[in-house]
Amino acid sequence: MIYLELLWSFIQIGLFSIGGGYAAMPLIQHQVIDIHGWLTLGEFADIMTISQMTPGPIAINSATFVGIRIAGIPGALVATIGCVLPSSIIVSTLAFIYYKFKGLDAVQSVLKGLRPAVVAMIATAALSLTAMALCNSDTFTADINILNAVILVVALLILRIFKINPIIVMAGAGVIGLVAGLF
Amino acid sequence: MGKENNERKYLKLFLTTFEISAFTFGGGYVIIPLMRKTFVGKLGWIEDSEMLDLTAIAQSAPGPIAVNAAILVGYKTGGIPGALLAILGAVLPPFVIISIISFFYQAFRDNKYVSLVMSGMSAGVAAVVIDAVISMAIDVFKLKKALPVIMMFLAFILVQFLDVNIILVIIAAGIVGYIEYKARRKKA
Repeated sequence: MIYLELLWSFIQIGLFSIGGGYAAMPLIQHQVIDIHGWLTLGEFADIMTISQMTPGPIAINSATFVGIRIAGIPGALVATIGCVLPSSIIVSTLAFIYYKFKGLDAVQSVLKGLRPAVVAMIATAALSLTAMALCNSDTFTADINILNAVILVVALLILRIFKINPIIVMAGAGVIGLVAGLF
Repeated sequence: MGKENNERKYLKLFLTTFEISAFTFGGGYVIIPLMRKTFVGKLGWIEDSEMLDLTAIAQSAPGPIAVNAAILVGYKTGGIPGALLAILGAVLPPFVIISIISFFYQAFRDNKYVSLVMSGMSAGVAAVVIDAVISMAIDVFKLKKALPVIMMFLAFILVQFLDVNIILVIIAAGIVGYIEYKARRKKA
């Protein structure tokens, strides 16, 4: 049943995206593209782009987007509930422990220990997004979109050197894509 | 009087998390300072040192940081009902916004201009994520310890080249983290 599949997929995404930020990205890619084929890599890149330009966590945005595409508003609700269910239980329990015993050393230490692996997995998602932007495919090919390659390198340099808000950089990338495409 | 006060507190909690969620671009790392400003500064519901602990929990626990932070603040303010209301407040804005976008997505996406903008932005989003990865990897190197660096490269190879399931990699990394923690405690 599609609702149960959505629920279970997003429970796994919620449960294993540890450390916030982009941690959910490789898990969403794995569940939604690799396992279920609910989105193409192009659509996945789109929702990541939209997520950067709108408020809200990537996981919630993706849950809503995927849910609606697969099973309408009820699908979106089910996917979103799945996404926050593990957090709700785990974080409430941690809050309870924190206020009762004030000691979360072991838990936090283990979760912090995961961080390097999470960084590595976000890197794999970054490679997929790069392949999509440059080659319009899930792997790198010789057929590179030169304009997008230039945008990517310039955007990355601007982000690294000037630490500008990513939303502005993305908006700039969109404008350049539009202007260069028209002329 | 107590009951009315409570109701007002719950309403305020919901509206506050809703507002923070609706107007925060840039994800979890941006939302925490905002929550701190509101709940510690403006409302005075949470103490500053406590907020630091809650932040650490929100950032290390599974799930979106914004949702986790809302749960913690809601739990502190109004127990489990408070946590549920805070989740609702945090989730509703992105849910509504993305729902609306989803309905227009197909029509939008086939438009020539939108497609050009999205193509440029896809290069932008790749740059943003690469930038984040570089910053996070630098943090791992800054720990100046071999284990995290090895874990990072090993995890990358396993997932990128050997197609190992990423959930397995996360669980394995958690086990390594636990063993390392035990070993460190024994030493100390």
